[in-house]
Amino acid sequence: MNLRDLYYYFFNPKFFILTLPELLKGLLVTVEIAALSLAFGFLLGLVLAVVRVAIRHAGRRPILKVLNVPIVLYVDVLRAIPPLVTLVIVYYALPFISITIPRFWAAVLTFTVILSAFAEEIFRATIEAIDPGQIEAARSLGLSYLQSMASVVIPQAFKIALPPLTSRLIAVTKDVSLASVIGVADLLKKARAAQSLYANPTPLLSAALLFTLLFLPLVRLSMFLEKRLSD
Amino acid sequence: MESLIYNFFNLEVILKVRYLLWLGLQVTLKLSFLSLFLAILLGLVLAVLRHLRLPLLNALIIVYVDLFRALPTIVLFMLVYFAWPYIGIALPRYWAAVVSLTINGGAYFEEIFRAGIESIDKGQTEAARTLGLNFLQTMLSVILPQALRVVLAPATSNSLELIKTTVLASVIALPELMKQAEQAHGSMASPTPLVMAAIIFLVMLWPLVWLAGYLERKLAQ
Repeated sequence: MNLRDLYYYFFNPKFFILTLPELLKGLLVTVEIAALSLAFGFLLGLVLAVVRVAIRHAGRRPILKVLNVPIVLYVDVLRAIPPLVTLVIVYYALPFISITIPRFWAAVLTFTVILSAFAEEIFRATIEAIDPGQIEAARSLGLSYLQSMASVVIPQAFKIALPPLTSRLIAVTKDVSLASVIGVADLLKKARAAQSLYANPTPLLSAALLFTLLFLPLVRLSMFLEKRLSD
Repeated sequence: MESLIYNFFNLEVILKVRYLLWLGLQVTLKLSFLSLFLAILLGLVLAVLRHLRLPLLNALIIVYVDLFRALPTIVLFMLVYFAWPYIGIALPRYWAAVVSLTINGGAYFEEIFRAGIESIDKGQTEAARTLGLNFLQTMLSVILPQALRVVLAPATSNSLELIKTTVLASVIALPELMKQAEQAHGSMASPTPLVMAAIIFLVMLWPLVWLAGYLERKLAQ
């Protein structure tokens, strides 16, 4: 290894500038998938958590407890199976049973369900950590169950959930780069194509740089939130 | 329903591909254990070094940790396997995967161990040093055993994540479980091998998911 090779192959300004427009197009796709999955996954996770807690609150009727089983199964399965495996199954296996989803939406669906599984766990733990007296107080003031959840419990739970949630959300959002495996024209896919075209790995390094620029502020933010809450 | 069973749980296909999947599983297990061991070791060493509070060294460690927590692991795999050869570092697939997983996992484990070490009262270090123990002795026999309690839950969950990440080695064509399943999926024209791979991961990792949750609840009390 010498410095000239390092410069020519890894940090070549010619290829950097040449491939940057394509890479930025790819970056946009990556951001789109990430943003959609984040929004949907977050919401779905919250809904699942509220349903699960509500079932527990109504716990005197054992028939309701059965409803929890699918949620627990959903959450555990999605947390145990590697995201790449889930993605490949959604894109390559589902068409065999006549469920065909375009690449982009297959990626969004995959990361949404994975995110929702992690978010559900975190939301449920924090909602349960809120003193039950809060719900009782809200209920005695005349709020319905859903109202007391939405305006009393969830805002408080949200504050505790934020640091673990951010760090998990970032981890899953990073997995969005797996979409290139099923052929989505995201940042990584564009970088690999450019690398083969020019026989020079500079685009791959540029992609690494763009990914880092995208996620570094988020990583810092999650560390900041964690620190602030623990003080 | 019939189509579901025929496509996803086809017994004939399972019998044909079971040996390939078994070969893949062996690679996955070897890769998981070696990378996990090296990543924990790297994280631990860096966390202990960070406790020395040498400004330049700490700055380097922080850059390393931040960088690899921000960089998606699949990009790291590709850099190591496809880009490094251009500058004369050509690693075989297996070692490219081990190196990627270790570099990536080490960053996360460093943060976990650092948080654990920092959670121990400073007076402990001072007391141990006053008793004549040197830095390493203090770490090994006073700080780390106590930090273990704080570290256990996040370390378990991170180990789970690392093992899940080994499937990325399929992207650089290492014949681990996922790659074998993909190839069998192609040659058999049936998604059963993919479903089998998912089930194998599920059976392997579910106990770890459960354990991570259990430790979190138990140690939070």
